Amino acid sequence: MEWVQQIVNGISLGSIYALIALGYTMVYGIIKLINFAHGEVFMIGAFVGFYSIAGWGFGFFPALLLAMTVCAIMGMVIERVAYRRLRNATRIAALITAIGISLFIQYLVIYFRGAQPEAYPNVLSNKTFDFFGAQISSQSVMILSTSIVLMLLLQFIVHKTKVGKAMRAVSHDMDAARLMGINVNTTISATFAIGSSLAGAAGVFFGVYYTKIEPLMGVIPGLKAFVAAVLGGIGIIPGAMVGGLVLGLVETVVSAFGYSLWRDAAAFIILILILLFKPSGIFGKNAREKV
Amino acid sequence: MKKIKGFWLFLVLSIIVYGTVQVLINAGILNNFYSNTLIFISINIILAVSLHLVIGITGQFSIGHAGFLAVGAYISAIVTMKLSLPFPIAILAGGLIAALAGLVVGIPTLRLRGDYLAIATLGFAEIIRIVFLNIDAVGGAAGMQVTKMTTWTYTFICLFITIAVITNFTKSRHGRACISIRENEIAADAMGINTTYYKVVAFAIGSFFAGIAGGLYAHNFYIIQPSQFGFLKSFDILIFVVLGGLGSLSGAVISAILLTVVSTFLQGYPETRMIIYSLVLVLVMLYRPQGLMGTREITDLFKRKSVKGGS
Repeated sequence: MEWVQQIVNGISLGSIYALIALGYTMVYGIIKLINFAHGEVFMIGAFVGFYSIAGWGFGFFPALLLAMTVCAIMGMVIERVAYRRLRNATRIAALITAIGISLFIQYLVIYFRGAQPEAYPNVLSNKTFDFFGAQISSQSVMILSTSIVLMLLLQFIVHKTKVGKAMRAVSHDMDAARLMGINVNTTISATFAIGSSLAGAAGVFFGVYYTKIEPLMGVIPGLKAFVAAVLGGIGIIPGAMVGGLVLGLVETVVSAFGYSLWRDAAAFIILILILLFKPSGIFGKNAREKV
Repeated sequence: MKKIKGFWLFLVLSIIVYGTVQVLINAGILNNFYSNTLIFISINIILAVSLHLVIGITGQFSIGHAGFLAVGAYISAIVTMKLSLPFPIAILAGGLIAALAGLVVGIPTLRLRGDYLAIATLGFAEIIRIVFLNIDAVGGAAGMQVTKMTTWTYTFICLFITIAVITNFTKSRHGRACISIRENEIAADAMGINTTYYKVVAFAIGSFFAGIAGGLYAHNFYIIQPSQFGFLKSFDILIFVVLGGLGSLSGAVISAILLTVVSTFLQGYPETRMIIYSLVLVLVMLYRPQGLMGTREITDLFKRKSVKGGS
C-alpha cells in the first residue's frame, strides 16, 4: 500500500508544479515570453507567507491571500518595469532580461535577509488518516483541494469573465484585439497578476509541505514548472495542470525507486524528449511556420 | 594579402603581450594574485569567444555552455590525475570530448529554435552536471582534487589558438554561412546552405574551446565540484557575450576582461556582485539591446573611412 501513498505525494507535489506552470503558460500564451522571474515570484510568495504566519500570527488562509496579493502586485510591477519596453524586441533580448530580473530578485533577497534557510511554521494541523491502508496526511489533502479550487477559479475567470475573454483574444492576436477596442496593456497586466498570484499560492503550499524555504528555492521548481508547461503544451491552460501532475508523479516514482539524486535529471530528460518528439506538447496542435 | 598582414600583426602583438607578462612574472613584479587573475581573465576570454561563435555568429541561443566547460574540466582532470598523462594531452582530450558532447547535444537540439533551444541547452547542461554529481569515481558532490598545472604559458597559447581559429573561421566561407543563418535561417536555407550542418559545426567548435577552457580551469583551482558548473556559470559566460555585443568578437573579449576584473574586486561581496551583474544586464537589454559594440569589431576603428562607402 506504499504505492498509494507515493501517488498521493506525487499528486500533491504535482499540484504545486501545476500552479507555477499555469503562470508560465499564461504569460507565454499572451506575450510569447518565458518569464524566468516566475520562480522568484514563487519564492517571494513563500517568504510573504512565512513572515505573515511566523511574524504576525496569521492563519493559513489569510497568509495565503496576502501572499497571493503581494505576488500579483509584484508580477504587475515586473511586467511594467521590464517587459513592457521589450514587447517588440528580439526574443533573445527578452529572454536575457527575464534571466536578469530573476537573478536580481534572488540576490536582492539574499542581500537584505541573508541566504540562510528558514523553517516554515506548522500552520496546518498534520493529522494522518488511513485511506485504503495508506497513510495520508491532512496537509496534502488540504494542499490538493485548495489548488483544485484555485484552478477551477482560474478556469472560471478565463472562460466566463470579461477579463478572461480579453486575455484569450489578446493571446490569439494582439493587434486584432487592439483594433477591437481591448486595452492590451491592462489585459497583459491582469495576466501577470493572475499567474503570479497562483505562483504565490504555490510558494505557501511549498513552504507548508516541505517546511524549509530559502532565497534560491525558486530556481529548480521554476525550471521544473516550465518543463511541466512545455509538457502539457505551452500556452494551453489545462495542459499546464496535466503537465504539472505528470511531472510530480514521475519525480515521486523516480525517488521511490531509490534514484532520488537523479530526480532533477528526470525532469530535464522529459523536457528534452518532449522538445524532440512533440514540441507542441501533449495538448498542443502543430503550427506550420510561416515565412 | 591584407588578411595575411592582419594575422602577422596579431601574432606579433600577442607575442609582445605574452613576453611582457612572462618577464614581469619571472621578475616577481606580478605576484601570484595578479598572475592568477590574468590566467582567470584568459580562461574567461576563451569561454566568451567560444560562446560568441555559437550565439553571436551563428545566432543559436545556447544557455548551457557551462555543461561543456564541466565536461572539459572533468575529462582533463581524469586524464592527468587518474591516467597520469601530461597536461597538454589532457587539455586536448578535454576539448575533444567536449566537442563530442557538443555533437551529441547539438544534433538533436539544434532543430529547435529560439526559446526552446535555450531551454533544451539549459536542460542538457543540468543533466551533465547531475551525471558528474552521481559518478563516485570523480568525487560526487565533494569534488575532485586536481594539481595546479595551469601556467600563464599554457593559458596564453590556448587563448591565442582560440582567437586565431575563431577569427579565421568567421572570415571563411563557413563563417559567412553561419552569419547568414543568424541573419535569416529560412533565407539561408533557400540559398542552398546546409543550415543544420553549419549550426552543428559551430556548436561543436564552440564546445571544443569550452572544453579547452575547462581543462585550464580545472588545473587552476586545485578542486572541481559539480556545483561550480551550474546555471550561474553559464549565465556568467552569457553575460560576457551579450554585454560585449552579439556578433562582436572584440566586444566579447573586452567585456570578459572588464567583468572579470570587476568581479575579482567584488569577490568579498558576492551578493552585491550578482545584483550589479543582473542590473547591468537588464539595463543593457532595455536601453542598448545590441550590447556595447553591436556587431562592430575594435579593428574597424583603424580602417580607413573610405571603405565605408562600399569598396
